[in-house]
Amino acid sequence: MKGEIMTISKKLCGTAAALGATLAASVPAWAQDAAAAAAPVPNPGNNAWMMTSTLLVFLMILPGLALFYGGLTRSKNMLSTMTQIGAASAFAMLAWVIWGYGTAFGPEGNSFIAWGKYFLSGITPDSTAATFTDEVISEYVFVCFQMTFSAITISLVIGAVVERMKFAAMMVFTPIWLTIVYYPIAHMVWAGGGLFFDMGALDFAGGTVVHINAGISALVACIILGKRIGYPKEPMPPHSLTLTMVGTGLLWVGWFGFNAGSALEANGSAALAMINTFVATASAALAWMLVEKLAGHKPSALGFCSGVIAGLVAVTPAAGNSGPFGAIVLGAVASIICFIAVSKLKPMFGYDDSLDAFGIHGVGGIVGAIGTGIVYAPGLGGPGGADFAVGPQLVTQILAVVATIIWSSIGTAVAIYVAKALTGLRVSPDVEREGLDLGEHGERAYN
Amino acid sequence: MKLIMAIIKPFKLDDVREALSSVGVAGMTVSEVKGFGRQKGQTEIYRGAEYSTNMVPKIKVEVVCDDDLAPRVVEVVQQAANSGAIGDGKIFVLDVAQAVRIRTGETGETAL
Repeated sequence: MKGEIMTISKKLCGTAAALGATLAASVPAWAQDAAAAAAPVPNPGNNAWMMTSTLLVFLMILPGLALFYGGLTRSKNMLSTMTQIGAASAFAMLAWVIWGYGTAFGPEGNSFIAWGKYFLSGITPDSTAATFTDEVISEYVFVCFQMTFSAITISLVIGAVVERMKFAAMMVFTPIWLTIVYYPIAHMVWAGGGLFFDMGALDFAGGTVVHINAGISALVACIILGKRIGYPKEPMPPHSLTLTMVGTGLLWVGWFGFNAGSALEANGSAALAMINTFVATASAALAWMLVEKLAGHKPSALGFCSGVIAGLVAVTPAAGNSGPFGAIVLGAVASIICFIAVSKLKPMFGYDDSLDAFGIHGVGGIVGAIGTGIVYAPGLGGPGGADFAVGPQLVTQILAVVATIIWSSIGTAVAIYVAKALTGLRVSPDVEREGLDLGEHGERAYN
Repeated sequence: MKLIMAIIKPFKLDDVREALSSVGVAGMTVSEVKGFGRQKGQTEIYRGAEYSTNMVPKIKVEVVCDDDLAPRVVEVVQQAANSGAIGDGKIFVLDVAQAVRIRTGETGETAL
């Protein structure tokens, strides 16, 4: 295979998924034919959309997630939360170009991992990456797009361990976790030859790779790390729901790059992902507030924000794999289940998933991944073919979910214990009481 | 001299200030405080985690005046700060031993 034609290493999208595993098997042959004919040239429209999408996903991290998470912490830990997100993301970008891209999407590989293209070797401005049709996009754009996904996934994990994990521990945890958890799962789901890809698991924009993966890792990490001092007796209310609301808005806007960008082209599949990202989220936001009201609380701002995130998470695997009305139902269902997870399940088990990274990303991701196997059905308005059967697809979806849960639990435990051995993992009780902003960074967020 | 210390509802501050001016009080000190008495605090809920805040925000107004004016000051503050609801606050009257104007060194009632 020629250097400028990479192996099929893409997410299943609506159009491609209709062809399922047959396509995955046939594309390398096609790619060789195409290379023999003429080197394909990226369509500037598709390239421009993918560059835009890449920046939208980056917007989700800084400032989106940083503000969303930062507002939820206490004011003494605002900078620590935002700085860990910024620094872990920056680390993830460098790791991606050095060994991450090769490990996830390299030219050689097996079902679990790939290799080659370390330090982006062989990639030039003329290199292209395949999409789901006979179009191509510039490989550098594809590298950047996927880079932002790895950066946001490690950032999401931080939500469970804020307000007590050392900055140094996060910097050790980041590369280990990316290497043994994120890159292999990204390969398994999105790369041709990957385990879940070949199983035909539907995951449009990363429900398993990003959300279930981050959510489960967050849960494992926070259990090993332990609770914050004073949790749950001491009140730990969010210090600025205003900033959380701003972050929520940025996340929602950025998510259009995440979901519609995952079509890898500016086409109808991206359009479907776009409308689903609007309506599933709207339905989830209202559903959360409605459940709050039914539970005897007031419909709250944080409830709105939580519903938005739950809906976005749930629609991620379904974005191009569902009709708009299937997405509306999926968003509402995920929102209700996430509400129960964060307000009932968490207190019951007593773990300190501080900002509900597991409760929303893990639980919402699982609901979304399994639900995608249902809403894909043409009878429910989904893009599946007439011969699509919900039962077998559900089995595939559940298998992919369970495998992801096991892989990320084990990998996270390893990464956390290495970080613990090297850095001690937790700040001292004095630093924790005074706040990580002063103790770890020597600054205050507000003077 | 008397120190009149009034704990009032925050939204009553303007009414109290005007009432005090109308009886000739030329200065006062105001602070934002928190506390509780018979008025209940609020319950806050964040993703199902309930925090009941026992402390209610209040405004503390402090006025020092001569002995003759004190009953009149208490009276107007009581009227201005009254909304008829629980949580309207309290007024305390204390004796003041000495007052000094820092700029001139004047003491006693002339320093007020």
